[in-house]
Amino acid sequence: MHEWALAESVIRKTAEHAAREKLAPVSEVGVALGELQAIDREIFSFALKELVKSSFKGLSSCRFRIIKEPAAFKCKACSEEFTLKVLKKTDEEAENIHFIPEMAHTFLKCPRCKSPDFDITAGRGVSIRHIRGGK
Amino acid sequence: MTSRSCGPRGIDALRPKRGAGPSRAALPALDPRPSVIRTRLSRIKRIIAVTGWKGGIGKSVTASTLALLLSKKGFGTGLLDLDFAGASDHVVLGADGVFPKERLGLEPPVVSGVKFMSVSFFSKNKAVPLRGANVSDAVIEMLAVTQWGELDFLVIDMPPGINDTALDVIRLLPRTEVLAVTTPSVLAHSVLDRSIELYNNLNIPLLGVIENMSGRAGVRSARASGRLRYDAGLEKALGKPAKMLKTKFAADLGRIAGSLLRRPAGPARN
Repeated sequence: MHEWALAESVIRKTAEHAAREKLAPVSEVGVALGELQAIDREIFSFALKELVKSSFKGLSSCRFRIIKEPAAFKCKACSEEFTLKVLKKTDEEAENIHFIPEMAHTFLKCPRCKSPDFDITAGRGVSIRHIRGGK
Repeated sequence: MTSRSCGPRGIDALRPKRGAGPSRAALPALDPRPSVIRTRLSRIKRIIAVTGWKGGIGKSVTASTLALLLSKKGFGTGLLDLDFAGASDHVVLGADGVFPKERLGLEPPVVSGVKFMSVSFFSKNKAVPLRGANVSDAVIEMLAVTQWGELDFLVIDMPPGINDTALDVIRLLPRTEVLAVTTPSVLAHSVLDRSIELYNNLNIPLLGVIENMSGRAGVRSARASGRLRYDAGLEKALGKPAKMLKTKFAADLGRIAGSLLRRPAGPARN
């Protein structure tokens, strides 16, 4: 349920950006959910809708388009590029990464050289990809 | 209706349009998390960052004991351990078997009256080998999802030095007051002087300077607002909050904090 906190951040950022860029009404927001953080899409979408209804009525005509973003990594020690699918983790480790994605450096290792020193090049967590609206 | 958008439009944004010349440069994705941090901290009256630019000078014990003392006095108190590489407040508090509750974010568990949040909950006592940008991301994540509720004081245990965490706290928590810790060592004094100069330049309020391990060999800091005697019994009290509060260390800290917190923090003085 900590999806609610991140959904609130998306809505606040959208409202801030729309006000600054004078976008009204906001018609669509593209939200990327990174594979690494494993945000529950249903809970996240529900939270967005409920938060708009309760506190951000100015965004009531906005469609939130959820985009799944696969996670990708590049090892800084050996330059190996790899995906989440090749990494093993327990349910508990996955849950800790869900709360703080940087825990990937604690629990995951480069499949080639076993170093924890890698870049998360894509699919870390929640980000806004586009905000569209009238001007 | 005209339409404007921000941010890249996926792979389409990178594909040149026929007859349209070069494609538009893609804008970076927006990080939504900083937008909600002010809301998360809006019901906290004072934020105190316990800092010190040298390692091993007692920041964690000072921050944790300060939080315990404030809670014992009846203040709503939170403690946030942002020293990811050397997180140890959970050891000082003896915070075993607790974990944040998921409720519209993460609610910190209450340990001896203190709402406590630390990376140690998620790292399971393993090393947290993070580079600077990762530290920054983790700090922002914790600040964005932690639901502190109403507090009189949030005490932040800072990592040593001026680094990504310190710069993020300065950027994202503009109300923060600094409580600097030093020791009688000339090395600690040297970095303390530099830190105070920086806080002064950045207009960050300095609550005071506490000299820890006072009375041991070394040179007394002329800047110290108060001194904590070296307490040989402190080590045995670690992990036992009730015992921590009975140490000479806690008695000294309580006296100094009582005096410092009664007045608003002033500008850092060189």
